[in-house]
Amino acid sequence: MTQQHINIADTELQLANEKMKLEVNDLRLYYGDSLALKNINLRIPEKRVTAFIGPSGCGKSTLLRCFNRMNDLVDICRIEGKILMDGQNIYDKGVDVAELRRQVGMVFQKPNPFPKTIYENVAYGLRLQGVKDKRVLDEVVETSLKGAALWNEVKDRLHDNAFGLSGGQQQRLVIARAIAIEPEVLLLDEPASALDPISTLKIEELIYELKDRYTIVIVTHNMQQAARVSDYTAFMYMGDLIEFDATNKMFTNPSEQQTEDYITGRFG
Amino acid sequence: MRAWFRTGTPWIWLNAGAIALSLVMVLGVMGLITVNGASHFWPADLQQIQLRQTDGSETTLLAEIVRTEEVSAAVLRDSGVAMDKDAAVYQRHLLKLGNRDVYGVDFRWFLDQQLSNYRKPVNAIVIERREWGNFYGFPQQLLQDKQLVAEGDALWPELVKRMARANEIHDQIGDIEKVDIGRINRKLNDLRLSERRLELNKADPATVAAAQAQAAQDRAALDAEYAVLQHQLEQLYAAAKRDDLVVTTAEGKQLTISLNNIVHAHQPNAMSLLNKVSHYFSAIWNFLADDPREANTEGGIFPAIFGTVTMVILMSIIVTPFGVLAAIYLREYAKDGPLLRVIRISVYNLAGVPSIVYGVFGLGFFVYIMGGNIDALFYQESLPSPTFGTPGLFWASLTLALLTLPVVIVSTEEGLSRIPSTIRMGSLALGATKSETLWKVVVPLATPAMMTGLILAIARAAGEVAPLMLVGVVKLAPTLPVDGNFPFVHLDQKIMHLGFHVYDVGFQSPNVEASRPLLYATALVLVVLIMVLNMSAIYLRNKLREKYRSESD
Repeated sequence: MTQQHINIADTELQLANEKMKLEVNDLRLYYGDSLALKNINLRIPEKRVTAFIGPSGCGKSTLLRCFNRMNDLVDICRIEGKILMDGQNIYDKGVDVAELRRQVGMVFQKPNPFPKTIYENVAYGLRLQGVKDKRVLDEVVETSLKGAALWNEVKDRLHDNAFGLSGGQQQRLVIARAIAIEPEVLLLDEPASALDPISTLKIEELIYELKDRYTIVIVTHNMQQAARVSDYTAFMYMGDLIEFDATNKMFTNPSEQQTEDYITGRFG
Repeated sequence: MRAWFRTGTPWIWLNAGAIALSLVMVLGVMGLITVNGASHFWPADLQQIQLRQTDGSETTLLAEIVRTEEVSAAVLRDSGVAMDKDAAVYQRHLLKLGNRDVYGVDFRWFLDQQLSNYRKPVNAIVIERREWGNFYGFPQQLLQDKQLVAEGDALWPELVKRMARANEIHDQIGDIEKVDIGRINRKLNDLRLSERRLELNKADPATVAAAQAQAAQDRAALDAEYAVLQHQLEQLYAAAKRDDLVVTTAEGKQLTISLNNIVHAHQPNAMSLLNKVSHYFSAIWNFLADDPREANTEGGIFPAIFGTVTMVILMSIIVTPFGVLAAIYLREYAKDGPLLRVIRISVYNLAGVPSIVYGVFGLGFFVYIMGGNIDALFYQESLPSPTFGTPGLFWASLTLALLTLPVVIVSTEEGLSRIPSTIRMGSLALGATKSETLWKVVVPLATPAMMTGLILAIARAAGEVAPLMLVGVVKLAPTLPVDGNFPFVHLDQKIMHLGFHVYDVGFQSPNVEASRPLLYATALVLVVLIMVLNMSAIYLRNKLREKYRSESD
């Protein structure tokens, strides 16, 4: 026990020492008349993995979707407050939402490849930006698939339909698709919840490798997963941010009683 | 019993019964038209029959027995036939006698007891003529320029050879009249119209004079070309009249038939089975590939097939983009609200409007208002004779497109609503705009649904008759809507249509018995055509489905 404590202390991450990528200031989000996010204040460090945990319906996915303004698609959704990315409010009037989404990539719970070939799936984002050069596309497709640890499995069938892949492969393809356009932030919304344990493990390894290059925010229901992959963890409950701290601290010595109850399974 | 009900077995039986009933009806209809339509082309034997007439005199008939039925004595007595036996029912036969020019009618009923001594003479001949329908009789002499060439056993091979020549000449005449002279007439008409255009535009006199001089020159050239063709035609006509066939009817009346007037001849009683089979298929081919003759009661239905297919294709080209765009707007862009609901209900209800109403609308709005204005704007020179201000191919296709629009809209909308939102989200999350997402991901995924809509539209359009009678379909169109003259597809032309042909042959025909088998055959062709059109659309859809196979399907 003491041994472990010393290890943790050695590598302990301090929020105060981090460079911040995203800053959420007094964010309130309404679905119609109901308040779904109550005054959230949160700062997400650059090139780290931040996990959002909490019981279903606590607002963690909703918060995640605020970072690339996916909530704009919901008619009845209204937002107050600010989210700053590198000091710039992404809810400012002049912000180009498509451009923002290029910088903030997102992977969804259920794998959602397009009904196209594997190659075209990865090249999709680049084609949107008007890239036509075959060599550039080939190169990006290869590096992205390698980056998503999928290259070896699909390199011989790049021009097959993406629906022929297994669920885990599809999810990694979707990650490759997201990193092909070189985003700065990667949002993962329960990326492994629809996958089997082996695919889950692969995704987790991938997250570990990707964090050198991207700021990653992950929503997960799986406490062990949060503990394994993340550097920081935010615990949310009923639209409130209860606690946000380094993952090691959260899972060993949470400051809030509610957090401890949730992590130890006494509630939720 | 209650336990049996609770097992659900009665429901299964009920459902299966409904399916069985539908199947029986479909197969029954198909079977009826197939048997009646397809059997017509089989070369029936010619029977030489002794007829005892009511006044006691005897005569000979040469005829095909079409069908036999039983009638009660009372019916016969009421119609004034003297009965010599008091049996309850009598048999009577419908005989096809042919020789309409000799007897006046070519189908007649005879009582079984009047007929006797059935024989099948080997040399009896069926001659399919361009006028007066079939001739049944015996060939006697073959003449060339009124001089005897062959008779007896030598006659038949010589006749076959010379019929081939006569038919070839006939085809050449047709080619020259339709294609070459048609082209010249068209050019002459164009010249006339361009002169008239100059006149209407009030161009300055110098240009007009120059144009007129040019036109006169062109016209002279065309007239010279025409004279050459006319001379050629005269020669061909003379050549066609060279041979004559002398025949006798069953009762011995002698007749001379020009070979020019013969489409085809065969001796059914002398034919082997193989000959009959090959005759059967060539008869079917002629039916599909020939023009109609004798007020549509003889000949083929090619112009009707061609017209139907052209119209359906044109309709598809019009309705698909319209329907798809409307559906995309309704489903993807329009804001949900009472107005949208009203629009959607209106569109759905359009599908229930009786088709004749579309016909009236097409005639009133498309033909008279739109067509009239198009003529006034672009075809002023040919007025008062209308170009687009009269029913024609384009208006028929447009009316049908309007008729089938709701079907395409509804199925496209359903297809769009079935695309999982996660796929849209995935595209948006990559920085795609809404329209990029729509055109690159959503619409390709919805193409199978659009094809389903198109399949339903084609099935409906190809079978529709009522509105077409008002907006462009005619009993007999002299030319096809597609030919070698610029602009190749003539949207203003009137067309023939299989559905209308069925109506026309069935109910407007002067010769009911002669047209009855053609009616079935035409109906069969229409049904098969719709099936082929549908099958090809379904094949295309399955290809697309395979391409966009999705787990969520």
